[in-house]
Amino acid sequence: MNTAKVVKIVPASQAGGNGAAHRALKIHVLRHNPQDPASVPRMQTYDVEEADGMTLFIALNEIREKMDASLQFDFVCRAGICGSCAMVINGRPTLACRTLTKNLPTEITLAPLPFFELIGDLSVDTGKWMRGMSERLEGWLHMKDPNPDISRIEERMDPDLADKIYELDRCIECGCCVAACGTARMREDFVGAVGLNRVARFRLDPRDARTDADYYDVIGDDNGVFGCMSLLACHDVCPKNLPLATQIAFMRRKMVKMAWGK
Amino acid sequence: MKIVYTDVLVIGGGLAGLRVGIGAKRRGHDVVIISLVPPKRSHSAAAQGGMQASLGNVIKGQGDNEDVHFEDTVRGSDWGADQRVVRMFVNTAPKAVRELAAWGVPWSRVRKGDREVIINNQKVTITERDEAHGLVAQRDFGGTKKWRTCYVSDGTGHAMLQTMSDQAIAAAIPVHERTEAISLIHDAGRCYGAIVRDLVTGELCAYVAKATAITSGGAGRLYRVTTNAVICEGIGSAIALETGVATLGNMEAMQFHPTGIFPAGILVTEGCRGDGGLLKDVDGRRFMPDYEPEKKELASRDVVSRRMEEHIAKGKGAKNRFGEHLWLDITLLGEKHIKHNLREVWEICHHFLGIDPVKDWIPVRPAMHYTMGGVRTDYTGQSPTLKGLFAAGEAACWDMHGFNRLGGNSVAETVVAGMIVGEYVADFCDKAANDVDIPTKLAQEFLRREQAHLSGLLTGSGTEDAAALKASMQEIMTAKVGIFRRGEDLASAVDELQQLLVRSRNIGLKYKAGGSNPELVTAYRVQKMLKLALCVAYGALTRTESRGAHFRQDHPRRNDAEWLKRTLATWRGDATLPTLSYEPLDVRAMELPPGWRGYGAKDYVDHPDTPARAADVEALKQRMAGASRFAVQEALMPYGALLPERLRGRNERIDERFEAAE
Repeated sequence: MNTAKVVKIVPASQAGGNGAAHRALKIHVLRHNPQDPASVPRMQTYDVEEADGMTLFIALNEIREKMDASLQFDFVCRAGICGSCAMVINGRPTLACRTLTKNLPTEITLAPLPFFELIGDLSVDTGKWMRGMSERLEGWLHMKDPNPDISRIEERMDPDLADKIYELDRCIECGCCVAACGTARMREDFVGAVGLNRVARFRLDPRDARTDADYYDVIGDDNGVFGCMSLLACHDVCPKNLPLATQIAFMRRKMVKMAWGK
Repeated sequence: MKIVYTDVLVIGGGLAGLRVGIGAKRRGHDVVIISLVPPKRSHSAAAQGGMQASLGNVIKGQGDNEDVHFEDTVRGSDWGADQRVVRMFVNTAPKAVRELAAWGVPWSRVRKGDREVIINNQKVTITERDEAHGLVAQRDFGGTKKWRTCYVSDGTGHAMLQTMSDQAIAAAIPVHERTEAISLIHDAGRCYGAIVRDLVTGELCAYVAKATAITSGGAGRLYRVTTNAVICEGIGSAIALETGVATLGNMEAMQFHPTGIFPAGILVTEGCRGDGGLLKDVDGRRFMPDYEPEKKELASRDVVSRRMEEHIAKGKGAKNRFGEHLWLDITLLGEKHIKHNLREVWEICHHFLGIDPVKDWIPVRPAMHYTMGGVRTDYTGQSPTLKGLFAAGEAACWDMHGFNRLGGNSVAETVVAGMIVGEYVADFCDKAANDVDIPTKLAQEFLRREQAHLSGLLTGSGTEDAAALKASMQEIMTAKVGIFRRGEDLASAVDELQQLLVRSRNIGLKYKAGGSNPELVTAYRVQKMLKLALCVAYGALTRTESRGAHFRQDHPRRNDAEWLKRTLATWRGDATLPTLSYEPLDVRAMELPPGWRGYGAKDYVDHPDTPARAADVEALKQRMAGASRFAVQEALMPYGALLPERLRGRNERIDERFEAAE
C-alpha cells in the first residue's frame, strides 16, 4: 500500500468560491426523539456559514456530519421529485431539498410536519399514513379485465385525457397538503387533499371500473370531500402545483349530485 | 429473538422489487417487502425520460421490433451482455408496457396528424398515422435506431412507480418501511432470508424465507458526483458479496450520464437530447457532430460522456465558480414543449439553478449514473452459487446491459426482470424440496453476529469518523475511478480504498444511541460500501482494455481476444481485496457476433472465434432468405424456452397484426 494520503473534502458548493463574504445562518430546529423516554421537545440552534448554491439538503447534512451526529431528517432524491423531505420551513410546509438558503432570511426555523407520527426531529412517518389512506380509498386502478392479453395492441386513450390523468398523477405524497390543512387538524381521519386528488385521478380514468356510487362510499362524508372547509392551504403549499382546489370542488359537486340521485 | 417467516423476502421496494413481489403473490406465495423508504420514494421515481419497448406506434418508430431493440442493446453493451437475456428482455418489454397500461400508467399517447419536431437542429414536420391515434407514444433516445422510448411526459419512472406501488397495495403485500437488510442468512450454499434492522427502533429481526430477492438498486453513492438518490448505496449488493458465496458481476462497469446539472449532479433527462436539445461549448458551438458524425448528441451515454470530457480537456469548457462544464441548450424546443413534455427539467432548473431553460442554457457535466454490475444471476434471476438468492433490476447483473446500458433500458429492465424473475421465484417456492428446514439456531447465530457487530460500533473505543471515511471514498472514486481511467490512478485508488477499509474497522461513534442513529447507519454502511468500491476499482485496474463505460486511457482498445468475459468478484472474510475470476462469453453462441457499435471507437481486437461465427451467421441468413424473422432468429440463437410460459409468444403491432384478431 502507498502511504496514507489525506484527501481534503471541499463540498462542490464551496469550491472556487467567488471571494464574497458568506452570510452566517442560524438554523433553529425543533428537536425531539420519541424513542428516548428522557427526550423533551426543544429548539436547538446551529450556526452554519452559507455557501454558494446551498440548499437545506446541503446545510442539514453539514450539520449532521460536522456538528451533531444525532440529528434526524429524511432526504432521498434531493431533486424535488420523491417527497421525502417535506418539513415546516419558517412556518410553511415545503420540500427542504429544493429550498435554497439564499431565498430565506438568516434566521431559519425548521419543524417536522404536524399531523403525521413523529419519528424524531424533522423525520415523520408519512409512509404509514399514505398507505392507510390508500387502503381506505382503494387507491389503485380497479381493472375492468383483471387479465388483459398483454401480447395484443393496448387499448387506446385520448392523448389529452392521458395528459390530464398524469397531471393528477404527479402527486408525490409529500404530506404538505395535509400538514397545512385546517380540517385535518380537527378530524384525524380526514383523507386530505392528497386522498381526494387520488380519487379524482381514478374517476377521470376510463380504465377504472368504479362508478360515482363507489367513490361516494369512500369519500361521501365528513372525513372525505364534505369535510373540506375550502381554506385552500393545500392548494397554496403543494410543491407540485397540483390543481387541488379545483379537484376538490369538482369532486364535491359530483358527490352532491350522487347523494341527491340516491 | 424475533423471527418473521414468509415465502418470499424482497429486499427493496422500487419497481423491480414490487413487480417481483406482485408476481410471486399472484402465484399464491406470501411476500414481504422490506424497504429503506416508503416504496413511492424509491429511486425508480427518478427515471424521467422513459422505457424502451418496440411498440412501433409512432411514425419514427415504424419498422421497430424485437430484432432492432436486440441489436441496439447488444451494441450499446459493447458486446458485454448475455445475448439470450437480451432476447428475453426485448420480447417481454412490449408486454410490460401493455401490462402497465392496463394497470393504470397514464402513458403519453400518439396524436394523429402533423406535428413539428426538432431533429438534428432542424424543424421537421412529421405525420402520425390515423391508426396509431391513442396508442402509447415513443420518443427518441440515445443509441437507438428507432424512436422506441415510451414515456409519461418526463415523469415516467414516477408514474410507473405510483401504479406499481398501488397494485402492490391492491394485492395486500406488506411493505416493512424504514427497515434495512444488513446480512443474509445462509448455510451450505443456500440462502434462507436476512437479518433486518428497523431504522426507527434499531431492533434486529430475522426474516426467514424460501426465496430472497435483492432488488435494492444501484450504488451511485460510492461516488461524490452522482445523479443517484442518497439511498443508492448498494447495500443489497454488498450483503450478497459478504456471504462469500454469491458473486458480483462486472462491478467496474459504471455509467456516467452526460447531463447531470453542474455542480449538484441532479439528472436532467436524456429526453432533452432525444427531443432535439443540443450540447454546446464555451463558444456556444455545437461540438458533438465533430466527434460523432453519425449519432451526434444521441450516441450512447458512455460515448457522449467521454466526448464531453474530452472537449473540456481541450479547453472548451465553460467556467463558473464551481469549475468547468458544458451547456445543454433546449431553448430551440420552445416554451410549450419544455413546460409540457419536460416539466421536471424546468422545475429542476428553476429551483436548483435559478434559471429558465426556455431562455437559458443549462450547465451540465457527466455524473455517475448507473451500476451495470451487481449480484450475478442466471437467466432466471437466481444466483448460480447461492441457491434461493435472486436479484433483479439495477442490483442484479442478469446481464442485459454488459458494459453500457442504453437510456430507457433501466426502468424497462426493472419491470421486465420483475415479471420474469417473479415467475421463477414462484416456481422455486412451488417445489416442496425448497421448503425451509433450517434450525432456528442458524438464524440466531446470524442475528447474534450482527448484534455483536453493531454493539461493537456503539460501545467500542474506535477513533475513525464514519462520515469522513465515506467522503474520502467518494472523492477517490470520483477522482480516480471515473470516466477516464489510468492504471496508475486505479492502483493508487485501490491502495487508498484498502487503507480506508482497514480504518473503517476502527470507527468510533460520537452519538451512542442504539435506536434511530444516523451515525451508526453511516458507520455500518461505509464498511460495506468500501468493499463495493474495491470491487469497482480493482475490477477496473485488472481489466486492461476499454469496453463500454469502462475506458482505460492506457488500454484504449476493446480487446475481445482477452477480455470478452464477465468479471466475477467474491469477498472472503477479513480480506481487503475481492477475489476476481472471469466468466467467458461464448462467441460461437452469439446471435450478433462482436463488431463496431456504429458510434465511438472503430478500433478493437477481435476474438479468435468472431470471424467464423460471423461467417456462420451470414451463411445462415442467406440460406434462410425469405424465411420469417422469427424463424431466422430461432435458428441463430434459440431462447424462447428460457422465458416463463406465460410470457412467451409474439407481440402485436400496427404493422404486425395477429391474424385471428378478435
